[in-house]
Amino acid sequence: MKNIRYEKDGENIATLVLSPTHPLDRTFAEELNRTLVTLEKDQVAGVVLIPEKGTVSDGSDLRELLAYDPSQKEEAIEISFLLQQALRKLETLGKPVVAAINGPALGEGYEICLAAHRRIATEDPVIRIGLPQVGLGLMPGSGGVSRLVRLLGLEKALPCLQEGGLLGPKDAFKAGLIDEVAEDEKDLRKKARAWILGHPEARQPWDEKNFQIPGGTMLTNPRVAQFVSLAPARLKKKTRGLYPAEEKILSAAAEGMLVNVDAALRIEGRYMVELLATPVAKNLISFSLQTAAIKAGGSRPKGFEQQRVRKLGILGAGMMGAGIACVSAGKGIEVVLKDVELQKAEKGKSHSARLMDKQIARGRATEEQKEALLSRIHPTADASDLSGCDLIIEAVFEDVPLKNAVTREAEVHLAEGGIFASNTSTLPITGLAEASKNPANFIGLHFFSPVDRMPLVEIICGRRTSDETLARSFDFVQQIGKAPIVVNDSRGFYTSRVFGTFLDEGCALLEDGVDPLLIDNLSKLDGMPVGPLTIRDEVSQKLGVSVRKANIKMVEEEGGTWKEMASDRVLRVVTEEHGRLGKAYNGGFYDYPENGRKRVWPKLYELFYKPDAHIPRQDIQDRILFRQAIEAVKCLEEGVLRSVADCNIGSILGIGFPRYTGGQLQYINTYGVRRFVERANELTEKYGERFTPPQLLMQKAEKGELFV
Amino acid sequence: MSPEAYIYDAVRTPRGKGRYDGSLYEIKPVALLGDLLNALKERNELDPARIDDVVAGCVVPIGEQGSNIAKTAALYAGWDDSVPGMQLNRFCGSGLEAVNLAAMKVRSGWEDLVVAGGVESMSRVRMGSDNGPMNKDPETSIRIGYVPQGIGADVIATMEGFSREDIDAFALDSHRKAAAASENGYFSRSLVPVRDRNGLMILEHDETIRKNASMEKMAKLPPAFESLGSAGYDAVMMTKYPQLDAIDYVHTSASSSGIVDGAGMVLIGSEAAGKATGLTPRGRIVATATVGVCPTIMLLGPMPATRKVLAKAEMSIDDIDLFEVNEAFASVVMKFKKEMEVPPEKINVNGGAIAMGHPLGATGAMLLGTLLDELERRNLRYGLCTLCVAEGMGIATIIERL
Repeated sequence: MKNIRYEKDGENIATLVLSPTHPLDRTFAEELNRTLVTLEKDQVAGVVLIPEKGTVSDGSDLRELLAYDPSQKEEAIEISFLLQQALRKLETLGKPVVAAINGPALGEGYEICLAAHRRIATEDPVIRIGLPQVGLGLMPGSGGVSRLVRLLGLEKALPCLQEGGLLGPKDAFKAGLIDEVAEDEKDLRKKARAWILGHPEARQPWDEKNFQIPGGTMLTNPRVAQFVSLAPARLKKKTRGLYPAEEKILSAAAEGMLVNVDAALRIEGRYMVELLATPVAKNLISFSLQTAAIKAGGSRPKGFEQQRVRKLGILGAGMMGAGIACVSAGKGIEVVLKDVELQKAEKGKSHSARLMDKQIARGRATEEQKEALLSRIHPTADASDLSGCDLIIEAVFEDVPLKNAVTREAEVHLAEGGIFASNTSTLPITGLAEASKNPANFIGLHFFSPVDRMPLVEIICGRRTSDETLARSFDFVQQIGKAPIVVNDSRGFYTSRVFGTFLDEGCALLEDGVDPLLIDNLSKLDGMPVGPLTIRDEVSQKLGVSVRKANIKMVEEEGGTWKEMASDRVLRVVTEEHGRLGKAYNGGFYDYPENGRKRVWPKLYELFYKPDAHIPRQDIQDRILFRQAIEAVKCLEEGVLRSVADCNIGSILGIGFPRYTGGQLQYINTYGVRRFVERANELTEKYGERFTPPQLLMQKAEKGELFV
Repeated sequence: MSPEAYIYDAVRTPRGKGRYDGSLYEIKPVALLGDLLNALKERNELDPARIDDVVAGCVVPIGEQGSNIAKTAALYAGWDDSVPGMQLNRFCGSGLEAVNLAAMKVRSGWEDLVVAGGVESMSRVRMGSDNGPMNKDPETSIRIGYVPQGIGADVIATMEGFSREDIDAFALDSHRKAAAASENGYFSRSLVPVRDRNGLMILEHDETIRKNASMEKMAKLPPAFESLGSAGYDAVMMTKYPQLDAIDYVHTSASSSGIVDGAGMVLIGSEAAGKATGLTPRGRIVATATVGVCPTIMLLGPMPATRKVLAKAEMSIDDIDLFEVNEAFASVVMKFKKEMEVPPEKINVNGGAIAMGHPLGATGAMLLGTLLDELERRNLRYGLCTLCVAEGMGIATIIERL
């Protein structure tokens, strides 16, 4: 057999080593059924289950799930029921079954353990136990829902199912996912054997007469009734209704409580099969595959040895510089944090102390870790302290002469072959590299704010950046635990450029007379973390204006003409005519009263709001997402983006494009490329040329190709 | 021509506070309804054998109110075996739905004399304890966009700009009007005191009217629905109504209808049946209507129900002399008044459920009786009774005093 190994020892105890893969794996389900026949025939004294592989543990499993088509639904439910039937048979054999967990027990691997009468895990901190299917937009379908609810009660089971957290053995024991922790593998075997010998006729609690689900059900316990009643609303608050898996898990768990375990299993299986076909599941699976590809170095040039940065220099101890220092020092890198005055550099270092204090307060770090981290950050005002750095990142103001000056001052101190990086978010790298005496070693490392929380770094290659510099920068980004995407040089690169269109569409909607509240709220219902008007207030209108002025100047210097956008007009009115400079100043699109929540600046309604505009809600929601997706296609077309994966991962991790879409290009795939073009044409007709589908998109639609 | 559906009589119990310390807590629901049936029988010298059906609304028809409380109460009351009975549930519209159904039975000509109304003992059978799928089956709840009604009331207030002061003032007015009506005996024609098995008095008047209610006292009460809203229901509401900035939580326990026990019954019959039993008609059911509206705000039914019933009766809003609009929450009635442009002196002239309580299944029948009494007292002609109904429905009835 492929996925099951069956052995029997001298005491007539059978051992099953099980490697389930994914819920569409017919072979495994059939093998388990055949094994059950053997177990019955062999009259075993008991069974030890050893899960060997977590579910959907590798790319091939994911790709099989991704290929699922709703036409396979009959087969999918058949496989699900087949596996359920085998597990039911196992737990009702009348023989004790112990799950001996000595490796990961994830997803179906753990679901199988739930069919055992007892679960024991080795106290090995690398072992992870849990039901992470929800992260792929899926849910357990082999008893994970029905059995866990019967084991723990609804309130305790639901977080494991809906959040998909993975626990180490000790935490899993505390959470009730396992019954016992063993010291080591030998102890595990001993305990499993002892339990089997001590419980010759084990049965599941849910197969006992008069079984009650712990805590009761909504029909027997008003507390549970209240919990179930509020649960959908709690979920809506969390997911805005955009993630079906969380909803189906809740539904299956609640429904299954009101029937016997066999019916509950069928209900669970049918919900799971329904999820397999949802676009969100496909998108999350695709996101997971593309993330893995990026982490595996898909965008890293081949042929260069992996390198680690030992000494890092940072120029500018503002928010970005201080953040990069903290994250890097946290990964064991010696950091020289330089600013024009020592006091400013010291202040930048204290940012790390504050962040660590927060971690300590939450129990996620210790005082020793804080001290160690701080000891690696060396604040200074003296450029010669940068001597010997493998990498220097400048994070000074977005001002070309200033950036040129610090480049010249610092790069002489680099170690032999060291790299100089700019953390600019918009200025073209090729131009900045001109200040360097070694432009091949000059690169862009665009971090996002706040650095400690944002998982992405956008690596920008200038025209003369060498492949080796890129490879080493890529290694550095991975060394500090961030996801690297690689893009080519252009104004705003990829992330800032696309993010700019999001903010601009907010202004365009404002100009069209849409209620400002609706613009922000519908963006959130699209899945964007914050609405464009609120973001503009946070970033400040003032900064918006100065960035635009710099951009206009740059375009004109290159001999081009600036194409005026909604942002230009709206910002001009609110800043020049009304002095609304942003939240940090006197308010922006919103007022920020000292006590109480923010309110739309009343004058904004006078200036822009047209109650008779009647723009359909769907148009508003589509404009927000289409505008960004179309700009992403342009970036790909122009070669700013080097791969589809870089775009999808960058859009989700960098600019908060909703995860359920799988990223900006995957969003187009899911919408249907041809349908997307049609809709874009409609939007063009109604709202303007910025929605005109780019050539690349038209070609894909004609050929029936996806962005892959 | 269809026969007219005449109203021959209307009776109700006083409303007792719906808690363990309420006067009617010790009265089982079957007795609350059964004794009221006998009161109706006695004051009209009715032969129950002539009754074609007993229709009773009940919103949580389980446990002590379960099986079929209408038929069971008729049997408990000692009525003839030949009298059938049925319980129905249109949530808060149940009592009025029973009356409307009785009118339809009579106007169809297939039944002649029907007793219709409702009962609810909220002290003994907790609201929502039937655990229906509306909010206890997550998939259904998600599909509906279920939000508790009180939050819907606060959303109406937010959208209409009703302030906490406006809402409290409305509630105060309900108590004042109810207190005056009660003292002046305006309810006495319909009111049947609840007595024990020995005939001893248990409750004579509505129990929750506060004569000394004041704005100051009410202002101290915390918003009733804010914590539920922030726990998640705000998000459900905002998904449907993204134009909302935030919800102003203005309703408190004082501006929401009270939880009470009570029963109400109306005797509906054809002209011929009245003559045969020596009854004189007091009124006539002119038209009835039910509608469905957004289930998330849930409470916007009275306006479309009123428009529908007026159209059916070929009447205009100005033809109506008095309105009973159920005071489920203050904003529901305030919204009705504003949208339908009805002068305040025509609406809920003797207070409503904010002062006297809302025994879910019975309220519609009680309001109809109160309306008829007041039309008679003021010598007016047309009255309209309407209620908002859960899951987004509305119900309305127009009556004519004869």
